[in-house]
Amino acid sequence: MPEPIKIRAVQQGESTEIRILLQHPMETGLRRDQASGQKIPAHFITTFTVSAHGKVLINAQLNTSIARNPLFVFQSKGLQPGDRVRVAWSDNRGEQRADEATVVAA
Amino acid sequence: MSARHTGDDRLRRLLIKSTAASAAVGALCAAGLLKPTRVLAAEWGRSGFAATSLPEALKAIGAAASAESGAIVIKSVEISENGALVPCEVISSIPDTQSIAVLVERNPMPLAASLSFAEGVLPRVRLQLKMAESSRIRVVVRAGDGKTYHASREVRVTLGGCGA
Repeated sequence: MPEPIKIRAVQQGESTEIRILLQHPMETGLRRDQASGQKIPAHFITTFTVSAHGKVLINAQLNTSIARNPLFVFQSKGLQPGDRVRVAWSDNRGEQRADEATVVAA
Repeated sequence: MSARHTGDDRLRRLLIKSTAASAAVGALCAAGLLKPTRVLAAEWGRSGFAATSLPEALKAIGAAASAESGAIVIKSVEISENGALVPCEVISSIPDTQSIAVLVERNPMPLAASLSFAEGVLPRVRLQLKMAESSRIRVVVRAGDGKTYHASREVRVTLGGCGA
């Protein structure tokens, strides 16, 4: 089971800051295991979406060159404290994870 | 360098395998048979992500002829001691920005991320890149009229973050 997504959505005046920490190894496929010398196969998030009110706000496509356990920060209008924000990712092995958070007042 | 690159051929082949299918979808879109909505939960753009040179990657995302723009701000560090985690912030002031693509010009596969925004989402993002070596970070913005714009910024890396 993949690690949960950490999401924090804070209302800042008219817009909402959405911080998303995707807990994922983001293996490039270029690294070698120190002990065996074998290549570590690529394992990385290829797409994630941020949605609210059943509508996709952001669609992201990623490559192996995004850092391990990467943080993304977005800002959106049209949200209010109490609204639910949903983040869902899938990776190159077909693993998936989705989590939700509630927008909080600053 | 070459030893590091041969092993990643397998990944590249895997990535390229489904390009034909994506191309077919692209052709349908072009023919107007499939009308993409503003933010499409799109299939991963293999041709762009698997590209191993900047011109190839730019061509794959349809930005080979983008115009340089001062309306894109790229914030990052001047020197990064750790190429495995390079923070980067992009802010676009281009009207009706629909998507932002981030490329690391000298990475083995330059295209790092492509983000598309629905109406109401501010055209800005903070993310964390891996950089194999010192390189320019190039950002490509696509506006609602289909035009593309770019800006770039140099980041020096003292310890690379791809094979490390």
